[in-house]
Amino acid sequence: MSRPQDVGRAKKSPAEAPVALFGGVYSNHIALEAAIESARSRGALQLYCLGDLGAFGPHPDLVFPVLMRHGVQTMAGNYDDSLARGLEDCQCGYTDPRDNHFARLSYRYTFEKTSSANKRWLAQLPRQIRFEYCGARVLLSHGSPRRMNEFLWESTTPDHFIEKLFREFACDAIFATHTGIPWTRRLGGDRLFVNVGVLGRPANDGTTSVTYALLSPGAEGLAVEIVRVNYDYRALAREMREEELPLEFVETIETGWWTTCLEILPGKERARGKH
Amino acid sequence: MEKRPFVALQALDELWFQVGGTLCNLSCTHCFVSCNPSNDSFKFLGLERVKRFLRESVDLGVKEYYFTGGEPFLNRELLPILEETLCYGPASVLTNGTVFQEKNVRELRRIADGSRYTLELRVSIDGPTAEINDPLRGAGAFDAALHGVDLLVQEGFLPIITVVQTWPEEQSLVLLAQFADVLRRRGYTRPRLKLLPTLRIGMEAMRTRGYTPEERVHAEMLEGYDVQRLICSHSRIVTDRGVAVCPILIEEPGAHLGETLADALTPFAVSHAACYTCYLYGSICVNASTASPGRDR
Repeated sequence: MSRPQDVGRAKKSPAEAPVALFGGVYSNHIALEAAIESARSRGALQLYCLGDLGAFGPHPDLVFPVLMRHGVQTMAGNYDDSLARGLEDCQCGYTDPRDNHFARLSYRYTFEKTSSANKRWLAQLPRQIRFEYCGARVLLSHGSPRRMNEFLWESTTPDHFIEKLFREFACDAIFATHTGIPWTRRLGGDRLFVNVGVLGRPANDGTTSVTYALLSPGAEGLAVEIVRVNYDYRALAREMREEELPLEFVETIETGWWTTCLEILPGKERARGKH
Repeated sequence: MEKRPFVALQALDELWFQVGGTLCNLSCTHCFVSCNPSNDSFKFLGLERVKRFLRESVDLGVKEYYFTGGEPFLNRELLPILEETLCYGPASVLTNGTVFQEKNVRELRRIADGSRYTLELRVSIDGPTAEINDPLRGAGAFDAALHGVDLLVQEGFLPIITVVQTWPEEQSLVLLAQFADVLRRRGYTRPRLKLLPTLRIGMEAMRTRGYTPEERVHAEMLEGYDVQRLICSHSRIVTDRGVAVCPILIEEPGAHLGETLADALTPFAVSHAACYTCYLYGSICVNASTASPGRDR
């Protein structure tokens, strides 16, 4: 078993090199390119994407060649599953009529603009990924290990619930996305839960940057950093306008505040936002 | 003999507490538990009893805690109960919003700020006007509840207003938009509204009608059906008489499953009439931030 190492040590073996974990891309091919460049500059050799390649943004097909060119190991999210199976909606389960209206617009656009070949590629993506890292059993999931579309928010996920996931899924570290807001919790015995956030849109924090997670060997167990990525959001906004995507979506890209899908936010996370 | 429609508990994700018993300062004509100021058939839950179940909930990995009644804020131990609960996980209180006092709301703010977990307050108001709400919830209830919402908003809460739909479905969008405007004008600038269907039991069965004999869930209806939609596949409720299957059925014989959570993890037959509404609409009782009901695999 390899021993945890200091993050700053030079010349790591491939097994000890940092690992980058990207959340939902939501068709934001510009942020994806920027995140890959950031991760490479931080020494990451292995890159993973936790699913939801399409949604929200423009030209969904542009994301696929970027993932393939850089060897990003990708798993399926609920959006990918819906597109691959030709389902009616994205399986986010909104009940609010306004949220549903925008979710439908986004899904219809993405479904129509995703090629058949890319839908077939989505259909073969794994639903979870496991690997060992510095002796820890790491599990990658989209929503949660038990359900692809389960929201795990920082303010509604108790420690003992995460402990149950560790037990039931025989792992020491869980990485997820799906909610759009990153957070990290360290539990006893160096175990770790990380929501890596998403690359697709800002985290409802009033900034235009997006996030990914960088896993590396720490002085005491695994180290994880939520890395902020600045990218050319103006170019993305321009493309979204050209594609006549809802101006509410463009506003989120340009201001960092969510304007839609607000119903699913718990009280604490909602209060931190503007809308 | 017909096979009974048993639903297994898949995971105890939500633990409910009938913390207000059946006592309520209001006598709503659509209450599915027949709560009113003199109905003490279910008693308040005390802090020590809640603590016992919170401890038991840890190994089961419970994800969220909900508090209902009756009116939970009539229970003088509610605030310490919430403070204790928020050490374990997120808490939601279902209230009629009419009994808040400023000092209690300030204390709620302190309790909410002291936890990493969310404290949600769900206030029941059944329409955008007193003319719609008060025939259901009693004269003056609309103004009293909005005053409660004002107090919560002034303390920085974003209460979830739950609205029972007592009008034809096609009117919902307009009435919800009207309600959001009412709230915005009062200073609640980003209102959260949650629409609920009626449950045709308790007082509501007398107000409109009960379920017809055909409105039942049968075993064959569960074939190919996502049972995650049903609250009994992921919830239980603690009352002063033990643990029951769900917050809707506490008055029903057969809904009480045991004295401890461990006793109450057994499958439940969704043969009761109200199970039909849950079957149609999914787990209406849980918050939207919870796992998307009915879409899980």
